[in-house]
Amino acid sequence: MSRAENIALAAASLRKVSAVRAAEIAFWLAALAAFALLPDQALLLSEVTITGLFALSLDLVLGYGGIVSLGHAAFFGAGAYAAGLLTKMGVTDPLLGLALSAAATALLGFVTSFLVLRGSDLTRIMVTLAVAVLLKEIANRIPGITGGADGLQGVAPGPVLGIWEFDIFGQVGFGYSLAVTFVLFLIARRFVVSPFGWSIRAVKENQLRTSAIGIPVSRRLIVVYTLAAAYAGTAGALLAQTTQFVSLDVLEFHRSANLMLMLVIGGTGYLYGGLIGALLFKLVQDAIANITPEYWEFWIGLLLVILVLIGRDRIEAIPRALLRRLRGATP
Amino acid sequence: MLTNLFDGLAYGMLLFVMACGLSVTLGLMNLINLAHGAFAMAGGYVTAVLVNRLGVPFFAALPLAFVASALIGLVLERTLYVHVYRKSHLEQVLFSIGLVFMAMSGVSYLVGSEQQFIKLPAFLANRYEVLGVSIGAYRLLIIGVCGVLALVLQLAVARTRFGAQLRAAVDDPVVARGLGIHVDLVFAATFAVGSGLAGLGGALGAEILGLDPTFPVKYMVYFLIVVAVGGSAGMTGPLVAAVLLGVADVAGKYYAPQFGAFIIYALMIVILLWRPQGLFAKAGGR
Repeated sequence: MSRAENIALAAASLRKVSAVRAAEIAFWLAALAAFALLPDQALLLSEVTITGLFALSLDLVLGYGGIVSLGHAAFFGAGAYAAGLLTKMGVTDPLLGLALSAAATALLGFVTSFLVLRGSDLTRIMVTLAVAVLLKEIANRIPGITGGADGLQGVAPGPVLGIWEFDIFGQVGFGYSLAVTFVLFLIARRFVVSPFGWSIRAVKENQLRTSAIGIPVSRRLIVVYTLAAAYAGTAGALLAQTTQFVSLDVLEFHRSANLMLMLVIGGTGYLYGGLIGALLFKLVQDAIANITPEYWEFWIGLLLVILVLIGRDRIEAIPRALLRRLRGATP
Repeated sequence: MLTNLFDGLAYGMLLFVMACGLSVTLGLMNLINLAHGAFAMAGGYVTAVLVNRLGVPFFAALPLAFVASALIGLVLERTLYVHVYRKSHLEQVLFSIGLVFMAMSGVSYLVGSEQQFIKLPAFLANRYEVLGVSIGAYRLLIIGVCGVLALVLQLAVARTRFGAQLRAAVDDPVVARGLGIHVDLVFAATFAVGSGLAGLGGALGAEILGLDPTFPVKYMVYFLIVVAVGGSAGMTGPLVAAVLLGVADVAGKYYAPQFGAFIIYALMIVILLWRPQGLFAKAGGR
């Protein structure tokens, strides 16, 4: 076979695996239906959507890049504070604020990505953890700017696109979050099914072999880490704008840990995992919190332990099998 | 100045006793166990309940704290941890975070979420002036106990038959098994002793560190620093790392309170970048 034929074949197979499936369209139609039909749940659903976007960004790092991060809240928090502060400084247009916050966290992600290039899983866990704690410490120590432990109050963004004012029922906030998440999802989807995205997956599988076939491993990791940071920052910025409040809570360790749990519940490495996981986590959390409001974390912890002991692959196989059945034939 | 050094030393010794078990399980057995602090917390709570509610003398409660945490460690190792040794680091992280969540909620359910204060014998509140240095009796006790423990541990790992078996099991479990060493039992015993020491440290340190259900998360980073910076080549590295960390933390909080814990974390990132295997790792080690 000639080289040109080989390339054509490869392109065709990439196109095939990246084709939009019916289940995906159904997923987003369901999200749209939720927006239209559940207006009284808008506040909750807006939170789920934002958390889903955040989990999607961890999926880029963990599911595609293979970097175990325990401090992803660093970027979420940085984005939230950036958006909050920008709004207070007079940048009231939500989309402009969002873009600037994303750029700021992308820069932070780019700088810190050099910290996670080297070392073992343990070193990466510790470094990511330390970056998050460091940012929280900074936010806590400069109350003049961040509001410290009281949080950043009085964040009042203007109307979205100059038309829709944020309302107290969260309807506009939910629509706004959903739209932004959808657009970012499309970009991420395009990104991961591109040859560039596949090369990042190769890095995750085996760094040595990947570099042997001429893919610059470090550069790939820097790109995916920076992109994920921008996504997490956008999620944080969305939270700041829709809830009009930022507290130190956005940088807490619990946020990073729960995020990882959501992603694992939903499944890593196929982008929908974060979105589905965020929804499932919220449902489970609410269900448990209704029974024992104080000790719901115990049951979440138990869920994690069981999840690991049974084996993630076995549990992940269930939704995959369902999806396959939905699609009809196995691809 | 010297008083700070002394307090830092006591703090560092405490960290060493609590983290030395982790330096074996994490550094040598390659198990990422973020729940190590939960064993320290268990020891602290056992002591608090024994002393405050049942009227057991403080010094009698300390060995009981060790035994209780060691038993919990042994049971969990045999039933749960044994299944995650071979799993990926991500799964070990998830598993141990799950345990941390359970421990935190469990403790606030059983004892309550407020901070616990252990009633100490009155003479431990004494302070002595030695050459202008103010020395608290309680911190002196901590340094004494932890110093002896560090020495015993060092000797146990370097000189005893069990220590040799442990080193062999860690270096190459397959060959060690071939030589007739019960690797699983050695690991289980090590895990139990490490948990017990953490519990003892938690009991001793409850007064200084503060004991509430968030303990495992609050000190998780500190334990990890001790292990990561100290490396895993014996007990000396973690000991030096723990003492340095203790002194730096106390001094940092005293001289530059506006930076708080900032310095520690920044320092850790720098050290990890500079020497990813730890400051005291042996060359070519893993």
